[in-house]
Amino acid sequence: MTQELVWRIAGGSGDGIDSTSQNFAKALMRSGLDVFTHRHYPSRIRGGHTYVEIRAGPDSVRSRGDGYNFLLALGDSFARNPQEDAYYGNEEVKPLAENLDELREGGVIVYDEGLVDIDDVPDFEQRVEENGWHVYPMDLRAIAREHGREVMRNTAGVGATAALLEYDMEHIQGLMEDRMSGEVLQANLDILQMVYDEVEEMEFSHDLRMPEGSHDEEQVLLSGSNAIAYGAIDEGCRFIAGYPMTPWTEVFTLMTQHLPEIGGISEQVEDEIAAAALALGASHAGVKAMSGSSGGGFALMSEPLGLAEMTETPVVLVEAMRAGPSTGMPTKPEQADLEHVLYTSQGDSSRVVFAPGNVAEAYDQTRAAFRIAYDYQLPAIVLYDQKLSGELRNVDESFFDREPNPDLGSTLSEEEIAEAAHHASGKFQRFQHDPDNDKGVSPRSIPGQKDGRFLATGNEHTPEGHISEDPENRVAQLSRRRRKLESIREELDAEESSHQTYHGPDDADYGIITFGSQQGTVLEAVDRLNDAGHDVRALGVSDMMPFPDAEMIEFLESVEEAMVVEMNGSAQFRGLIQKELGRFGPKLNSLLKYNGDPFEPHEVVEGSEAIIEGDEPAPTTEFVPAAGD
Amino acid sequence: MSAFNAIGENREVEREEFTPGIEPQATWCPGCGDFAVLKSLKGAMSDLGKSPDEILLATGIGCSGKLSSYFESYGFHTIHGRSLPIARAAKLANPDLEVIAAGGDGDGYGIGGNHFMHTARENHDMTYIVFNNEIFGLTKGQTSPTSPKGHKSKTQPHGSAKDPIRPLSLALTSGASYVARTAAVNPNQAQEILTEAIEHDGFAHVDFLTQCPTWNKDAKQYVPYVDVQQNDDYDFDITDRKEAAEMMYETESALYEGKVLTGRFYHDENRHSYGSEKRSVGEMPDEPLAERYHDDYEWERSYDLLDAHK
Repeated sequence: MTQELVWRIAGGSGDGIDSTSQNFAKALMRSGLDVFTHRHYPSRIRGGHTYVEIRAGPDSVRSRGDGYNFLLALGDSFARNPQEDAYYGNEEVKPLAENLDELREGGVIVYDEGLVDIDDVPDFEQRVEENGWHVYPMDLRAIAREHGREVMRNTAGVGATAALLEYDMEHIQGLMEDRMSGEVLQANLDILQMVYDEVEEMEFSHDLRMPEGSHDEEQVLLSGSNAIAYGAIDEGCRFIAGYPMTPWTEVFTLMTQHLPEIGGISEQVEDEIAAAALALGASHAGVKAMSGSSGGGFALMSEPLGLAEMTETPVVLVEAMRAGPSTGMPTKPEQADLEHVLYTSQGDSSRVVFAPGNVAEAYDQTRAAFRIAYDYQLPAIVLYDQKLSGELRNVDESFFDREPNPDLGSTLSEEEIAEAAHHASGKFQRFQHDPDNDKGVSPRSIPGQKDGRFLATGNEHTPEGHISEDPENRVAQLSRRRRKLESIREELDAEESSHQTYHGPDDADYGIITFGSQQGTVLEAVDRLNDAGHDVRALGVSDMMPFPDAEMIEFLESVEEAMVVEMNGSAQFRGLIQKELGRFGPKLNSLLKYNGDPFEPHEVVEGSEAIIEGDEPAPTTEFVPAAGD
Repeated sequence: MSAFNAIGENREVEREEFTPGIEPQATWCPGCGDFAVLKSLKGAMSDLGKSPDEILLATGIGCSGKLSSYFESYGFHTIHGRSLPIARAAKLANPDLEVIAAGGDGDGYGIGGNHFMHTARENHDMTYIVFNNEIFGLTKGQTSPTSPKGHKSKTQPHGSAKDPIRPLSLALTSGASYVARTAAVNPNQAQEILTEAIEHDGFAHVDFLTQCPTWNKDAKQYVPYVDVQQNDDYDFDITDRKEAAEMMYETESALYEGKVLTGRFYHDENRHSYGSEKRSVGEMPDEPLAERYHDDYEWERSYDLLDAHK
């Protein structure tokens, strides 16, 4: 009995791989399966090797798999430089040739023989034989041309997939009917049916079939970017400013689609300095606002970020990490901007940074970021990456059935301004040294409110907002701003559910710690390790600043040794743990990966076995032993 | 009912209301042209009946940026070159606010040049005052974007090889719908121009010549000044883009030849402000967004947007 399908659709950018895979994932979800997608694409508009993987199974699917078991190689209709000695190689056969290394033994291959010439794929016959692959060449392009247009070969490929896996076509037909109409719909339905019939008459040699599952309640299919946008909307965010940059553009685009419909404002501006500054300006004027970018664009936001800290202007920024430094690898994920986001901008930082670990956490923690930013009047950053940004996962629809929270946080009404005790002097004291609120927060007024005027300045300032370099005032103001972070930590620790995720036995000998988007992969690896007789517990951390010291200490004291899993080359998260806690160096090993491809579960398993049994880690990863080992 | 009752009071406002109760001693040098900006801005706001609580004054960094410390209103003393993006967002968030941005020539034409160009292009309904003293003052006298060619300073010891920037022409080309130049030595004209600029529905750029007696010139060097509207030698139509462009070019060149030309250079009353353009394409609500957080508004939920995900 087949437990899971990991289906990979490969082609060129511009071939509709993304939309085809989204629709297929949704069909699988509707038919009762849990789904999870993983995107791999190049930084170009047309052509180049791109694929999307859909992992589908009956039980909670929370990460990509190890390799995959079904390849639909569509052919790259934008391929160029087909000479073998060309710098980019023979692009025509890449959708097939480039995907063979990760195809599992006994896997299924459907390729478009209209576009891919098998003679150009090195050692193909030999590899097929060695790996026991089942190969079904089909002229998908010809079928599509005959019944509709060439682009519809995606539909032909999906039809072939469904037929080969004996999957009920109704789910796919239903989805097409929802999304298309008229002649286009009819042509697609015809192609689907024709391929299905054709394949049904073929002889199958493979055992792989579509897994079966069912859901207890209605599911919705969302990406991390969808979740961030929805979290913002539910917190009453009605202003976004931005400048395009991959992969942050996804959140920016989604917000820009939604905001005008709900009476909000989106601004595409001249650069990221302006983008962050606009978010500050809107927030200062009394609107819940956000901005964001990816590494290079976020670097430009350093100064406005510091201004938000100094003027205590609430704002939420999101940072979608991609491989750096500099332009790096624009479409590949990495987690190497952690230190950048924690410390960029001059002076002592006072900001909040959350790194959600999956789609649901992206929603929850975006909401938390807004709530804290506005309650405590500081910038809050949601740190995620290209992987989480684009990965689709099914979530219970009821998860989103919540109340909106448009509250502006620590603000005063005109009546409260008039009654404020400190206002007796005739001048509103926006930045009181010792506000009534012992959290360090001095409530603000909003421009246009009667008698609430004050100066917000990036210079150090007195309670009234006047520029001042008086040492006593300086210490009082800086200490108060820093106190807000302690208060936030106390508040987060007092909450019923922590942002951190634990998985595995409480009394485990070994720990695996990760942050952000690698959480799902680590959880799956921990299950496999425990199934194999090891004794391992996982901790997925989201609170980067203020750091969850107490939780981390408890976890690290409970295990003999731990491994920190992160997608970068300099072990930034392990460094953060040591900086925050000042100890545990001899307990902390690192497993790093920075080749542009996120961890697969087996790599984490092999990394753990490197500690536990002294085995070699996977060659795609780098194992750094604990200090003193 | 509005949550912002300072807005639209339309009462008699004394110019002294714009002087802070506890007046910080201005850090400007004696004889500095910046005092004239402060004075004429107070006068203009008083003439317009604006109350301090309905004004947001966003300033940059430098001597000019201190304006928000000495002018009583809501203020935002931002970062170097970034007063415009902060100011224009505040205007979008609450279009009922009277939004003024101010900074120096380094701030606006140098480090913030990109924002100047784009804010003018978008034609936000706001006023931008640039204190143009042709020098970096607060950092002690370095060459600025408007310093004359050949200007010697510690950062340009052999004399600047660069032609100065042309601020009026730049504003016009970028899309500003009101462009004027005034001078600290002519406070009456300055107050009139600021009043017009604030009343103008669109991006109003006022290049304000402010002498820096410490680092380059004293007030005497801006005298005599000529008001191009009151001098028969200059006959051009300020609503005609082409004539305005020629006059601006002449004015900018003349300054470096010792001839100070001031006045209104361009005024386009027909161009719609950004807020109105954005509203017309359905991307901006009719009511000020800032008011919604204080109304009994029924807030939309993502739960109602999920159909596309099923």
